[in-house]
Amino acid sequence: MDAVFDHDTDPEDPGRRGLNLVVCIKQVPDSAQIRVHPVTNTIMRQGVPTIINPYDLFALEEAMRLRDQYGGEVTVLSMGPPMAEEALRRALGLGADKAVLITDRRFAGADTLATSYALASALAKLGAERPIDVVFTGKQTIDGDTAQVGPGVARRLGLNQLTYVAAIDLLDRATGEIVVRRRAEGGLQVLSSRLPCLVTVLEGVNEIRRGSIEDMLRAARAEVTVWSAADAGIEDPQQCGLKGSPTLVKRVFAPTPREESAEMVAVDGKRPAQIADAVLDLVFAHAPKLETELGAAPSEKERR
Amino acid sequence: MNTKAPARPGRKEQLPERFQSYRHVWVFVEIEEGRVHPVAFELLGEGRKLADALEVELAGVVLGPAGAATDAAVAAAFHHGADTVYLAEHDALASYRNEPYTRALTELVETYQPEIMLLGATTLGRDLAGAVATTLKTGLTADCTELAIDGERSLAATRPTFGGSLLCTIHTRGVRPQMATVRPRVMAMPEPDPERDGRVVRHALDLPEPDFVTKVLDFIADARTDDVNLAYAEVVVAGGMGLQSAENFELVRELAAALGGDYGCSRPVVQKGWLPADRQIGQTGKTIRPKLYIAAGISGAVQHRVGVEGADLIVAINSDPAAKIFEFAHLGVVADALTVLPALTEAVRRRVGVPAPVAAG
Ligand SMILES: Cc1cc2nc3c(=O)[nH]c(=O)nc-3n(C[C@H](O)[C@H](O)[C@H](O)COP(=O)(O)OP(=O)(O)OC[C@H]3O[C@@H](n4cnc5c(N)ncnc54)[C@H](O)[C@@H]3O)c2cc1C
Repeated sequence: MDAVFDHDTDPEDPGRRGLNLVVCIKQVPDSAQIRVHPVTNTIMRQGVPTIINPYDLFALEEAMRLRDQYGGEVTVLSMGPPMAEEALRRALGLGADKAVLITDRRFAGADTLATSYALASALAKLGAERPIDVVFTGKQTIDGDTAQVGPGVARRLGLNQLTYVAAIDLLDRATGEIVVRRRAEGGLQVLSSRLPCLVTVLEGVNEIRRGSIEDMLRAARAEVTVWSAADAGIEDPQQCGLKGSPTLVKRVFAPTPREESAEMVAVDGKRPAQIADAVLDLVFAHAPKLETELGAAPSEKERR
Repeated sequence: MNTKAPARPGRKEQLPERFQSYRHVWVFVEIEEGRVHPVAFELLGEGRKLADALEVELAGVVLGPAGAATDAAVAAAFHHGADTVYLAEHDALASYRNEPYTRALTELVETYQPEIMLLGATTLGRDLAGAVATTLKTGLTADCTELAIDGERSLAATRPTFGGSLLCTIHTRGVRPQMATVRPRVMAMPEPDPERDGRVVRHALDLPEPDFVTKVLDFIADARTDDVNLAYAEVVVAGGMGLQSAENFELVRELAAALGGDYGCSRPVVQKGWLPADRQIGQTGKTIRPKLYIAAGISGAVQHRVGVEGADLIVAINSDPAAKIFEFAHLGVVADALTVLPALTEAVRRRVGVPAPVAAG
C-alpha cells in the first residue's frame, strides 16, 4: 500500500500541482447538549444537534493553510452514516475542496481498530488516484476521546506518524521533508520527518476561518462522493464495523453518587473570618496530618 | 493490512489457540527526557492488583539508550511492584520517536506474550499505544478509570463515555494482549519499597538508524512546567466562573500560595482566556489527586468532577446551595467566594504561618 504514496512514480504531477491533503473528520453529537435519561441511563439523542468534531476543525484549518501557502487541494474524508454528509458539506463551506463519505451498514459498531481499517482503505484508494502528501486528523474526538484512529491509520498505511502537532515549521515538496513541533510531556519536540505522513493537530493552534460566501455557495451545490465499503476498495469486510472490532462494550452505567452528602459549614450570621476559621477547623479535623504538614513543609513541590 | 481478521469467537468467549499461552501483566515504564513519568508507578500499583488476581507476574517494560535513566527506571519499577523488567536498550530509543518505539514494543510483546499491557495516557503513551495496538490488531481502551479482572481472566476496563456523563466497561475479545491506557493521577501512587528487587530480562534489538525517517532536531522545554505542578500538588485551590473576572483569580493564587499548593480552574475560565489551558482541571484538563482540594465558584459539572474525585478532601465554596458540587464535596460552604477566599488566606497565614516563597506581609 506504500507504493500509492510514492511521489517518484506520480505520473499525474510531474509539474507539481501542489499538495494533496486529506483531512479525516467525524460527525459527532454536540456533547454539550447531551442529556442522560435519569431513570434508564440511556443517552437522549433526540434533538441533539450534530457538529464536526471540534478537534478536527484545527486539522482542517491547518491543511487549508498549507494549501493556501503551497497550492494544491484539501479533501475531507469521513466514515459515518449517510447523514454525516452534512458535516462534509459544512467542511466544504469552510473551504475544503472535495469531500468523500464512506458509508455502509457494515461499518456500524466499529471500534478504533475497525475505523482505522476502513479509513485507511479509502485513503489508499484516494492515494491511488493521486498520491497523498499529508493525512490530517484532529487530536481526538469528543465522543470517543481515544486519540487512536490517527495512529491506527498511519500504521496501516505505513505513513510517518506525527501526533499532537502544535506547528508545521517547514514543508519542502522538493525534498519531501516536513518539520513539526510536537507536544510532549514538559515541552515541544522538534521533529524532522518525510512525506507522506499523518499529522494529528493539537487543539487551539489556529483559528478556523469563516468560510467565504463563494465557499458556502459552492458547498451547497457540491457533489459529495459517497462510497460503500466495496467502492472504497475494502477487501475484507470482516475487518469492518462490529465484526472487525476486538473491543466490546459490556456495560454502560451512570457514576455512582457519593453516599454521604457534603457536611455543610454553618454560615448564618457569621463574618467571613469566622466562616474561614470554621472551615479550617473542619479541614484539619478531617485531615489532621495536613495541619502539621502545612506547618512543617509549607511549599511542597514534589516530583513534577 | 491484508492480514487475517482477528478470529471471532461466538457468544461463548473462546480465545484462539495461539493466544492462550499469553500470560502476565505488563506496564510500559515511560521515560521522557531522562525521567520516569510518575504515571508508570501508578500503573504498576494498579497492575500489581491485576497480576495478583490472575496469579501471574507483573512486569515493567523499560526502553531507552543504555545509561543512568534506564538503570534508574529498572530499579524504580521493582520498588513500585514489578517482579520482572523487560529491558531493551538501544541508541535509537534516545528520544521518543514513534517508529523505533513501536517496533521495539511490538517485538517484545510478540516474543514474551503478555496478556495485559498498560500504558500511561500521556502524549507519548497514546502515540505509542495506538500504533502498537494497530500493529498487533488488538483492542485498546483509552483513559480508563477502573481496571478489574472478570471471571474469564478478561480485563474489564472502565472509562467515561459521552463526554463523561456515563461510564462504560469494555472487554477485548478474541485477541491478546488486552491493552489499556490510564491518565496520570487517576490511579493512586503505590508506596515504594526500596528493598524490592526482581529479575531483569535483557532483550537485544536490531534498530538500524537508516530505517527511521523521523529525527528529533530539538526539545523545547516548557518555560512554565516548573510552576504548573497541578497534577501532583498536595493542595489545589481552583476557581470557576463564579469568580467573575480574571483579576479575582489573584484570590485563588493567594490561598494556594498560603497553603503551599497549586491553583487551577474550570474549563470556561480557560475559554474566557482568564487562565492558560494548563490550569484546567477535569476530563479535558488535568486529573488531580491532592490531599485537599478547594473549589470556589465551580458548579460541579460531571466533566469537572471526574478530574477531582481522587482528592482526599474536597471543600466547595458556592453561593448556590443547590450547586451540584455539594453532591460530591466533603465540606460545603454556601457563601460568596470573593469574601471567603481572602478570609481563608488570612486564617491559614495566621494558623500555619506564611510559607517560604511568599514574602511575609
Ligand atoms: C466534552 C466536554 C468536556 C468538558 N471538560 C471540562 C473539564 O475538563 N473541566 C471543566 O471544569 N469543565 C469541563 N467541561 C465543562 C463543564 O460541563 C461545565 O460547563 C464547567 O465545568 C462549568 O464551569 P464552572 O463551574 O466554572 O461554571 P458554571 O457552571 O457557570 O458555575 C459557576 C458557579 O459559580 C457559582 N457562583 C457564582 N457566583 C459566585 C460567588 N460569588 N461565590 C461563590 N459561587 C458563585 C454559581 O452558583 C455556579 O455554581 C466540559 C464540557 C464538555 C461538554
